[in-house]
Amino acid sequence: MALKGDYLGMALTVDDLDIENLEYFRHCAAHDFHLQQCDDCKKLRYPPTTACPWCTCLTSTWTRVEGKGEVHSYEEVHHAIQPAFKAHTPYLVLLVDLDTQKGQPTPDEALRVVGNLTTPDGELAPPGLVKQIGIGSRLRMVFTDVAEGLSLPQWTLDETAKQPDKPWRYPQE
Amino acid sequence: MPLPADTDATTPRHLRDKYAIVGVGETTYTRGSGRTTRALGTWAIRNAMQDAGLRAADIDGMLSYSGNDSTFAPFLAGDLGIRLNFYMDVHGGGSSTEALIGIAIGVIEAGMCKCVAIFRSMNGYSQVRIGGTGARSAAPVNGDQLHSRAYGWQSAGQMFAPTFMRHMYDYGTRPEQLAMVKVVHSEHASNNPKAYYKKRYTVDDVLSSRIICKPLHLLDCCVETDNATCIIVTRAERARDLRHTSPLIRSVVGRCSKPRTDMHYQHGPISRVAGYYAKDILWPNAGLGPEDVDATGAYDAFTFTAMIQLEEYGFCKKGEGGEYVSSGITRLGGKRPNNTSGGHLCEAYTHGMNMVIENVRQLRHDVDDSCPIGPDGKRQHTFDYREGGCRQVKDIEVTCNLGWANPMTGSAMVMRRG
Repeated sequence: MALKGDYLGMALTVDDLDIENLEYFRHCAAHDFHLQQCDDCKKLRYPPTTACPWCTCLTSTWTRVEGKGEVHSYEEVHHAIQPAFKAHTPYLVLLVDLDTQKGQPTPDEALRVVGNLTTPDGELAPPGLVKQIGIGSRLRMVFTDVAEGLSLPQWTLDETAKQPDKPWRYPQE
Repeated sequence: MPLPADTDATTPRHLRDKYAIVGVGETTYTRGSGRTTRALGTWAIRNAMQDAGLRAADIDGMLSYSGNDSTFAPFLAGDLGIRLNFYMDVHGGGSSTEALIGIAIGVIEAGMCKCVAIFRSMNGYSQVRIGGTGARSAAPVNGDQLHSRAYGWQSAGQMFAPTFMRHMYDYGTRPEQLAMVKVVHSEHASNNPKAYYKKRYTVDDVLSSRIICKPLHLLDCCVETDNATCIIVTRAERARDLRHTSPLIRSVVGRCSKPRTDMHYQHGPISRVAGYYAKDILWPNAGLGPEDVDATGAYDAFTFTAMIQLEEYGFCKKGEGGEYVSSGITRLGGKRPNNTSGGHLCEAYTHGMNMVIENVRQLRHDVDDSCPIGPDGKRQHTFDYREGGCRQVKDIEVTCNLGWANPMTGSAMVMRRG
């Protein structure tokens, strides 16, 4: 069944026929991150796709993956495009390399999972927290509940991990 | 029948110099055109026809591209009394210009038609904002966008920023180096009477403009304008009968892409862009290399997109793009000027067309600056590049356009003087 929810003024919908995204978000709603694992070559992939990008296999098995990783790149949005994001600027969009399968199948590849920086409760992070994060920061996954059965994976500071002395930030600050 | 031993799908060397751009045209570059994309389109196509010296009966093919923000080719052709043997309207934005020029060559070569008008018509400021505000930000979010727009990750600047930021991390590229792209293009625009922004900017102007999406300041971003543009492609032998000594197409690459086009950030290095792959088609087909090029047209949707493509196509070493664009090489009077019209940062936003149009005029040695027109109807270029002056590159023989869709997809073209 299709999923629907309003989030920051946007109508999020996962269509009936979009079975890959339905399954992805079903696990997210349980705050339990899963990715497709190829039935042939056993590699995990992100985001949800309809075939394996390494071996073309059409079948996969949803597999639990640990939501921990390191910031590979980021941006800090000051001019929001969607009106409801304006109240939350500056906000971060993060590309986070999961520890799982990092550097595989080639050294430059990783499961690079998108998310905003949030508080542990999944609220967009306040400006003070935004300034602490850069390339190299260690993060853990949390979830923003949008509607019944629909949650978005997000990232927050991993309080238990060893953080870099000074994560890399944009030079003009 | 076996194919000749030297046949290679990526190297149609037998077409090198066999096709020409015989006419170019544009509307005024404005905000608030006060007319439809249909009216803008017919205006630009007619200007290109007159530029070439072609009548409606001489054109029998049409190609256009858009993102549901234009009018389809049959209406414009009908308005102008053009009967089509071929047309196609494709979805897409940046990097389509060179790709469609390649398609035009292909359909003429296939015998489907003889002469193709390629157009892009858009009210990019007054109707569908290219920056993504307005209608585009209000559309429902589903499918692949659940992993992008849902995170406030939508506009071109927002979608590209992780590549730009990582380039700074990987190579130490500095904000003030990027600012020089805007500075140089603004100098060029100040010598272009049709540029929307003619003001010259400084590095401080760029760095003190407000942050849009770090690492992008307002002045790192292109303009939003209303305009249509047109390029007419036909065989070189047909071009000889027409008005101008038309530039010849040496080589073209269309929408060449990195792996994982579903979400290209999965495959690194993410500071690498499509030119890494496209250069290996572009240069062998052209039979030339970066050192042979007199002027470039590197797509400047952002200061970064010009810089990162110039390095990826080999105009400098990978990672040295910041040094290249801040060295003076790309300035009029420098060794290899880039975007002599002012490009997307200053002249107008046309999804790539104006940079090809500029290089066509450069290769005719007849760029439309403020230099006086002589008795032969051609401008008497002074090669004095001070503000308000000349922008013709002296003795230019070869140009290279580098079209950008996004970090994963790009197109390119090499032209030479006819």
